[in-house]
Amino acid sequence: MARLTQLPGLLAPWALPVLLVAVWQAAAHAGLLSSRILPEPWAVAMAFRDLAVSGELWTHLRVSLWRALAGFGVGAGLGLLLGLLNGSSRRAATLLDTTLQMIRNIPALALIPLVILWFGIDEAAKLFLLAVGVFFPMYLNTFHGIRSVDAGLIEMARSYGLSGWALFRDVILPGALPSILVGVRFSLGLVWVLLIVAETISAQAGIGYMTMNAREFLQTDVVLVGILLYALLGKAADLAAHGLERHFLRWNPAYR
Amino acid sequence: MQINPIEENKVSQAADRINHGAHLNLKGVTKRYAGRTVLDAVHLKITPGEFVAVVGRSGCGKSTLLRAIAGLEKPDGGQVKIGGGGQQPEVRIMFQDARLLPWKTVLQNVALGLKDGTARARAALDSVGLLERAGDWPAVLSGGQRQRVALARALVHEPHLLLLDEPLGALDALTRIEMQQLIESLWTARGFTAVLVTHDVQEAVMLADRVLLIEEGRLALDLQIGLARPRVRGDAAFGALEQQVLDRVLQI
Repeated sequence: MARLTQLPGLLAPWALPVLLVAVWQAAAHAGLLSSRILPEPWAVAMAFRDLAVSGELWTHLRVSLWRALAGFGVGAGLGLLLGLLNGSSRRAATLLDTTLQMIRNIPALALIPLVILWFGIDEAAKLFLLAVGVFFPMYLNTFHGIRSVDAGLIEMARSYGLSGWALFRDVILPGALPSILVGVRFSLGLVWVLLIVAETISAQAGIGYMTMNAREFLQTDVVLVGILLYALLGKAADLAAHGLERHFLRWNPAYR
Repeated sequence: MQINPIEENKVSQAADRINHGAHLNLKGVTKRYAGRTVLDAVHLKITPGEFVAVVGRSGCGKSTLLRAIAGLEKPDGGQVKIGGGGQQPEVRIMFQDARLLPWKTVLQNVALGLKDGTARARAALDSVGLLERAGDWPAVLSGGQRQRVALARALVHEPHLLLLDEPLGALDALTRIEMQQLIESLWTARGFTAVLVTHDVQEAVMLADRVLLIEEGRLALDLQIGLARPRVRGDAAFGALEQQVLDRVLQI
C-alpha cells in the first residue's frame, strides 16, 4: 500500500521527458518534422538497436569510456594529490598555488591548438586535454576542503595524542571529504564536456567520432543516438558521484 | 539516565582516590595577546583530588588559564607544573562544544587515541549511561548527550587532571543539573583533580571544593566551599555562599 502511494512521486520526474518524446513522435508522424532535421524517436531507437547489434556501438562506447576514465584518473588524481599537499603544507602552497591559479585561468579548450602541435591528434592529446580540465575542480575543492577543516576538532585530536598520519586519516581527510566529493562531482560532469570536444576534433573511434561520421552521411538518427548516449553517460557519472557521497558521508544527515 | 560508576570494593577505591589525582602548581603564569595582558602572574596551587571552579566575567582570562594548564596555550611567563604519582600525569580537557568527530560513531569517538580500547570505551560509555547509543553518529544525539560522550572520551584515559572549559554552558537548565550530578558522581568515584571554568556561580558552588574568581587576569578571590555533599540548591548556607561569590563578581 505504501509503495503504491509512493509511485506518483517516483514517476513524476519522468513525466516531462515522456511527454516530450510523445509530442516529438506525434509531430514526426504528422509530417511536421523533416526526418533530416529530427527523425522520429522510433527511428532513433531502431538506429540504436542496429548499432548495438552490429557491435559498432559497444566499440565506440568502450573507447569513449576508457578515455573518460583515464583522463579523469590522471587529472583528478593529480588534483587530489596537489590539493592535499598544498592544503596541508603552507610551504608547498606558497611555492605552488600562485602558479596553479595562473594556469587555472586558461580555459582547457584554449589549449587545443598547442596540444595538437605537441601531441598530434593521438590519444595522448585527448588524455592531456581531459586531465588538464578535470585537474582544477579537483585541486581547488580538495585544497579548500583541507583548509576549512574545523580547527577545534584538530586541536581536540592533538590533545588526545593524534598526530601525523593518524591525525590526517581520522580528522583532516574525513573533514575535507565533503568538499573533495564536490570536486569529484564537478570533475565527472566536466569530463564528458571535454570528451565531446576532444572526440569531435579528431578521432578514429569513440562516440564523438561516431556522431561526426554520421553527420557526414546525414544520418541524423545516429547523431541523436550519440547525443543521447552522452546524456546517459553523464547521468550515470552523476549517479556514481552521488553514490560515493551517500557512502562516504553517511554520517552527515544532509546526505542520508 | 543511568549512572553506574560505583565499583565493588569501597576500601581499595578510597586508596585509589588519593593516588589518582594530580597536583597542580602555577607559578607566575602570564599570557599576553597583542600587548594585552590576559593572565597576569597567576600563582595557584591545587591539591590532588580537589575540585576547583574558576568563575569570572567573560573575557577575564579564565578560559585562557585553563588552556594554559592544558598546554594548548604557551604562557609568555611563569610555569605550569602538573605532578602525579611519579609517572606522566594524564591531563584531559572537555570543551564548551563537545568536539566529537561527526564521521566516527559514538564508540569510535570515545576510543579516539586508544590502542585496542574498544572494551574500555564501552565501559566509559556505560558510566555516562550512553552504552546503547554506541553505534550512532554524533549528529543524531542531543547537546547533552554529546557532552556526555565527550565526558566519556575524557574519562576513558583515566585522567589525573580533568579540565572542564564551560562544558555545560550551552545546555538547557535541566540537562545541566543532570550533567552536574554525573560529573560529581564520577569525580567522587574516581578521585581525579578537576578544574571547572564556568560563568555560572551556582554551578561553581554546587560542584567545587574551592571557588576562584579571576578579574583582569588576576586571582581576586579564593573561597573554600565547606558544604557537605550532596549539596542542595536553595539550602540557606548554599544560598549565602552563592550570594557572596556573586556579589564579589559584580563588584566592579
